[in-house]
Amino acid sequence: MGSTIVSISGSRIESSAPGTTPLLTIRHVAKQFGKNVVLRDISLDVAEGEFLTILGESGSGKTTLLRIVAGFESADSGELSMMGERLDRLPPYKRKVNTVFQSYALFPHMTVEQNVGYGLRVARVPSAEVDSRIEQALARVRMTAHAKAKPGKISGGQQQRVALARALVNRPKLLLLDEPLSALDANLRRQMQVELKSLQREVGISFVFVTHDQEEAMVMSDRIALLRTGELEQVATPREIYSRPATAYTAQFIGHTNLLRAEVRGGRAHCESLSWGVGLPDGQAAFSVRPEDVRVVGPGRPAVDGVVRFRGKVQHRAFHGATELVRVVAGDGLVFSVRTTGMDGREEVECEFSPADAVPVRDSAERS
Amino acid sequence: MFSRAYRIAITVPPLAWVTIFLLVPYLLMFCFSFWSVSSAQTIVHSWTLDNYKQLFTKDVYWETLLRSMWIAARVMVFSLALGYPLAYFLSFYAGKRKDLLYQMVIIPLWVSYLVRAYAWKTILGSDGVLNTLLQYVHLTRHPLDFLLYSPFAVVLTLTHIYTPFAFLPIYAALEHIPRNLVEASNDLGASPAQTFWRVIFPLSIPGVVAGATFAFVLSLGDFLAPLLLGGPSGIMISNIVVTLFGAAYNWPLGAAISLCMLVLVVSLLFLSERLEKKWNFS
Amino acid sequence: MHALLVFCFLYLPIAALIVYSFNGAGVGGFPPRDLTLNWYRILFQDGAIWESVGNSLLVAGFAVVIALSFGIPAALALDRAQFPGKALFRRLVLLPLILPGIITGLSLLMLFNWAGTKLSLLTIVLGHGTALISVATTEVFAGLQKLDRAQEEASLDLGATYWQTFWRITLPNLRLSIIGAALLIFTLSMDEIAVSFFLIGRDNTLPLEIWGRLRRGITPEINAISTIIFVFSLTVIVIWYRLRARGEGSPEIAAELVETAAQGD
Repeated sequence: MGSTIVSISGSRIESSAPGTTPLLTIRHVAKQFGKNVVLRDISLDVAEGEFLTILGESGSGKTTLLRIVAGFESADSGELSMMGERLDRLPPYKRKVNTVFQSYALFPHMTVEQNVGYGLRVARVPSAEVDSRIEQALARVRMTAHAKAKPGKISGGQQQRVALARALVNRPKLLLLDEPLSALDANLRRQMQVELKSLQREVGISFVFVTHDQEEAMVMSDRIALLRTGELEQVATPREIYSRPATAYTAQFIGHTNLLRAEVRGGRAHCESLSWGVGLPDGQAAFSVRPEDVRVVGPGRPAVDGVVRFRGKVQHRAFHGATELVRVVAGDGLVFSVRTTGMDGREEVECEFSPADAVPVRDSAERS
Repeated sequence: MFSRAYRIAITVPPLAWVTIFLLVPYLLMFCFSFWSVSSAQTIVHSWTLDNYKQLFTKDVYWETLLRSMWIAARVMVFSLALGYPLAYFLSFYAGKRKDLLYQMVIIPLWVSYLVRAYAWKTILGSDGVLNTLLQYVHLTRHPLDFLLYSPFAVVLTLTHIYTPFAFLPIYAALEHIPRNLVEASNDLGASPAQTFWRVIFPLSIPGVVAGATFAFVLSLGDFLAPLLLGGPSGIMISNIVVTLFGAAYNWPLGAAISLCMLVLVVSLLFLSERLEKKWNFS
Repeated sequence: MHALLVFCFLYLPIAALIVYSFNGAGVGGFPPRDLTLNWYRILFQDGAIWESVGNSLLVAGFAVVIALSFGIPAALALDRAQFPGKALFRRLVLLPLILPGIITGLSLLMLFNWAGTKLSLLTIVLGHGTALISVATTEVFAGLQKLDRAQEEASLDLGATYWQTFWRITLPNLRLSIIGAALLIFTLSMDEIAVSFFLIGRDNTLPLEIWGRLRRGITPEINAISTIIFVFSLTVIVIWYRLRARGEGSPEIAAELVETAAQGD
């Protein structure tokens, strides 16, 4: 699954792997509510069978984008097409797209069974087929035992599965999920993340998943589209977005990072007392170094050529189970987060990182 | 959390008042219904079932009661027919003007009943606005008789008065429906019409029941509109009661009829409450 | 468009009324001719009407006092206290809202008859007060639901007694509900006719005065007073609505009245 990251300004087309026809194309979609510009010039492709997550903070426009695809909002400009046909001209009930709502939106006056069968009955699918498809859908989300219950009587997690079944039973080409796991507690969430992912694989349709939780996005997605105040910051696979963040924002939003602002002179980056070799032109630059790429050096180990070393005081240690995240303040005031697997109770440490792990990122200015 | 003195202060006074002025009167009504009237026009406190016997045997009472119920039923149907679409329009399609339009529906409610009934009288009379208008545009040559002093006039006036009463609970129920249910229904492929019948209407039923009950019960007990506009053919059960407490001076009999009405109304209220609970899904 | 028709239906009679109050030839006859203020002039000279207006104002004022004095505690009791007979109490209090006025009026008549009380303005006041307690209770009850319980708890926590909390915290928060209820009760009392019909003594209230005249025949004077009543009610309801909207901003206000009544338990 490929992706292309283009410049931060102007239009960018984040497409799926070359050679395949995308399922959904979003082109230059913009939307504002009154004076509030929520989406600026969004262009994105969704491939068939892919699990794409739209990730962003609240206010980033991610839910609005989803609602535009579902049909509950209309874009001010731009177009949407699905399999070559214009989607944005159709009302929601004519689109082959189904949504799992954040609040599940189950019909309180119908049983689980009736909820799941709603879309089929409305489309006048023959009764026998309806029954068998409902059965299948309920089995898939393991809610068969609760078929005759009313939504008010089942738990949040169960409601969520019913909402999923209700959407999937219609065999849509595209399933939209609006932060469906946000109301669940942590353990259930993790479990559902795995279930959703395997469900998607099983069913084989495209999922577009909206969330603000970057861990969730990393765990589940084939690709992540990071949305920031109405614009796409980066669209890439989780691995790529983590190890090659395009901007400082991305680097800091996804996982922990150390952001080093340096001046490049003559092929070397200088950040306070540290310097290392880079192949960049002179000027200001920013680098992202992941905490796990910063190593605590054992006493007496010589520095390998090119490696950047520094000394510092341990300010804070956070226990994360398998690892510890240690905050080290270097002599010249630089603060590093260092991830180690077990460290003795030293107060003074020596750390190092390789220049190769210092990923250059664009330090984009704050956008309104 | 609240002290004993506080609790006494907030329960005893209202309880006392309600007992004296609501409970005791109903009990008295009950007692009165078993008493009778002597030829000297005084009330005799002797216990008898005569009043009820009269009630159940004399035709005029039954006929009037049935006619009243028939009028009330028609008012109920028409108020719902007018009120529901109005509430639906306001709740789902009115957008920014929703508040203003809502106020406009409420206003007639608080304009004097008498004023409104009187207004219809002036419109429907043989010299009234409607008749003279129709003649003016040559649609009719003579005044239409049935317009006034008929059950028609009563039904029309009462519908006019009680439509806002029917509207209010329906509107409240519709407003309570979470809009994401409508979106979910659309998302699943239902057209607006299908969404209405399968999702919106079922969820609004408690409001419909409440509105229908109001319209029916209040119309049933109405005596002013029939007096003003009903004429001899539009007499309702309450009118009979009024005469019994007035010129015909038979309080016990009147009390008996009132008690029956009270029982009828309370039963209807219980029934409607049951229905509302059954159809309440929130 | 259906909505438009319904609105027309609702307002037509009122519009006709207003128009004809200015009509020289009185009611009847189309189209209206002779724009005149004559009927208003006659109205202002009519002593009996103004006397009844005075009576109505008096009655309404006292009705408000009674309804609030008993309605506010009733709402509090329903909201907070448990006592035997609470369910019956609640139904009794709310019953006059939906019961046809004739039953309320007649039952009170029998009470006064049995107790030997002569009918007069006082009995009307008692009748209105009783019937309208239900309005006060529903309004204040709704206001109580919106009240943040934590505020009262904070007050107690900071050392105030129950009474101090009531006067300093609870009542001020209920201010809007109480004012709204007062306005509503006042207007309803001014217009009340069904209950008053049976409890009337020698002095008339305005609706009963109008009623008396109606029985005798139509005069366009009635149109004039009706128009005035309409304008008055309009003003009151708009003020009431603005007050409430300031407090919550949701248009479910009168519906609460009706809804709570219909819900019973």
